[in-house]
Amino acid sequence: MTITKFLAGAAVALGLGLAGAAGAAEKTRVGFIYVGPVGDGGWTYEHDRGRQAVEAEFGDAVETVYRESVPEGADAERAITEMALKGADLIFTTSFGFMDATLAVAKKFPNVRFEHATGYKTADNVSTYSARFYEGRAVQGHIAGRMTKSNIVGYIASYPIPEVIRGINAAYIHARKVNPDVEFKIIWAFTWFDPAKEADAAQALIEQGADVILQHTDSTAPQAAAEKAGDIITFGQASDMAEYAPMPRVSSIIDSWGPYYVARTRAVIDGTWESQQVWHGIDEGMVEIGEISDAVPAEVKEEALALKTAIASGEYHPFTGPLKRQDGSDWLAEGEIADDGTLLGMDFYVEGITGEIPQ
Amino acid sequence: MNLGHIDPALLLAALLVAATPILLAAIGELVVERAGVLNLGVEGMMITGAICGFAAAVETGSPGLGFLAAAGGGAVLALLFAGLTQFALANQVASGLALTLFGLGLSSLLGQGYVGIKPPPTPHLDLGPLGDLPFFGTVLFSHDIVVYLGLALVVAVWAGLKYTRSGRILRAVGENHDAAHALGYKVVRVRILAILFGGACAGLGGAYVSLVRVPQWTEGMTAGAGWIALALVVFASWRAGRVVLGAWLFGGVSVLQLNLQAAGVAIPVEYLSMSPYLITILVLVIMSANRSRAPGSLGRVFHASG
Repeated sequence: MTITKFLAGAAVALGLGLAGAAGAAEKTRVGFIYVGPVGDGGWTYEHDRGRQAVEAEFGDAVETVYRESVPEGADAERAITEMALKGADLIFTTSFGFMDATLAVAKKFPNVRFEHATGYKTADNVSTYSARFYEGRAVQGHIAGRMTKSNIVGYIASYPIPEVIRGINAAYIHARKVNPDVEFKIIWAFTWFDPAKEADAAQALIEQGADVILQHTDSTAPQAAAEKAGDIITFGQASDMAEYAPMPRVSSIIDSWGPYYVARTRAVIDGTWESQQVWHGIDEGMVEIGEISDAVPAEVKEEALALKTAIASGEYHPFTGPLKRQDGSDWLAEGEIADDGTLLGMDFYVEGITGEIPQ
Repeated sequence: MNLGHIDPALLLAALLVAATPILLAAIGELVVERAGVLNLGVEGMMITGAICGFAAAVETGSPGLGFLAAAGGGAVLALLFAGLTQFALANQVASGLALTLFGLGLSSLLGQGYVGIKPPPTPHLDLGPLGDLPFFGTVLFSHDIVVYLGLALVVAVWAGLKYTRSGRILRAVGENHDAAHALGYKVVRVRILAILFGGACAGLGGAYVSLVRVPQWTEGMTAGAGWIALALVVFASWRAGRVVLGAWLFGGVSVLQLNLQAAGVAIPVEYLSMSPYLITILVLVIMSANRSRAPGSLGRVFHASG
């Protein structure tokens, strides 16, 4: 190849590259990093529904891209960087474990906006957003406490992070309130998504007497395991999981990300995007309670709905004193309400839960 | 803590179920590697088997046909690998990794319409009075046919490799393909058959996850079981008996650690969580410390020359 040919080729390539960049600049590119596959039927599935809501809202003005099954850890940083390099204007990283990777990449790309789900670290171009899932957990705990016959509630936890611990506490407090004899058995799966392991965990809990299974992992495997065992009740996690209604799934917590994703994309298009920390609950519609099925007695259903209404209106907070920590020390005095700071960093069980939180 | 809540019979029964998918995949891969081929696509073939089996079982209503389709699906994917490595003489490691990526993508494409559907239940084999025996009835005689099939397969592979003529030819091909070729054995043909067998076994293992163990279809549901099967073959130093031991250890400790957690045993959860990997590797490595040797031609490209 002669030098002139090479230069000509380079010039053409450069021209094409610039043209490509100009074409891309007209469209706002929104990227999503998922921790599981979009077909998990739970957590990632709902985030992807949010992405679809963005596409439906803006049509051709926006282009969305996503990467699924990105492991938490070193590989996440590579995946996020790749997305930023490809010209994304706004990137949603949708798992707690992407927190430091998101911050690290954000530092290198000051013009790209980042939104990290369920984390607590922000920067000028990094917002965090999360839902007050614990409000839904309170409702689940109420139903669980009222419906268990063995007084053993099984809980499949994922990782020992504040969000998961908060969920366990909220469910336990409200189960205990209606059933003083209730006991929680907790299994830490150390995974967000592994259907076989989740099914095994559910089975182990059932074999040890649990007749209610709560899960904080993303797949529907525990639902299937409960159905196979029979006469066990479960709750949909992150998504409605309605295919397992009316039994074993008697209700669910649904994460509704669509409106938030649409609003934030609009803010980028309008140039009004600013770093913020958002924590929405039942009231704002980010947490929805899936339909309570007929397997639940009418009066229990009524109580659960009343609890939901009270939480939504702000009349009742799921973490209202008197409450003690697991070690017996005082946490909240009579009538005192937990502040968001404590809740966001929650690293202790409330009184009555047995076992230790892994460090 | 209350260990009394753990029923040993149920625990051992769960062990057999938890071990079956990796056992099936590992015994297939063992045959492939004994023939001198390293197929890293086990995970891809498993997940393809999982969806093929699931789809076939749902469409026909028969879990038996489902397992058949799973074996077929795994074998078809393996055929692709065979074509690449045996005819195009492509690098086996790269082809195997590509096969896994391809299998994961293909399965999620095939599985689009099957999310949230329940498969027909796989019946437990009715072994008559044996099933009513105390303890042993629950542990040994209360399973579906695939559990027994997996064990039968291990015995068949062990005996086949050790005592039959074709088993010896397969081993010869794996140990030294040039010598085997010089003796007139069809190296490529033997290897293709081994690869197909490996694919079918991996497919069965995958279907066991989607039809029995979970049972449902979810994308990526094998979640690394194929890689564990691969590791198992190496740590079992390419011996069928040790593959069973490894699979039981891994399945057993996995189930046990969940049960211990539920019972509230005062061992830090982090240790419990890593214990299946740690214990399996430790035991197998110690056992094969002195005689661990890979098949001589493992992973090497064979090109018939002269």
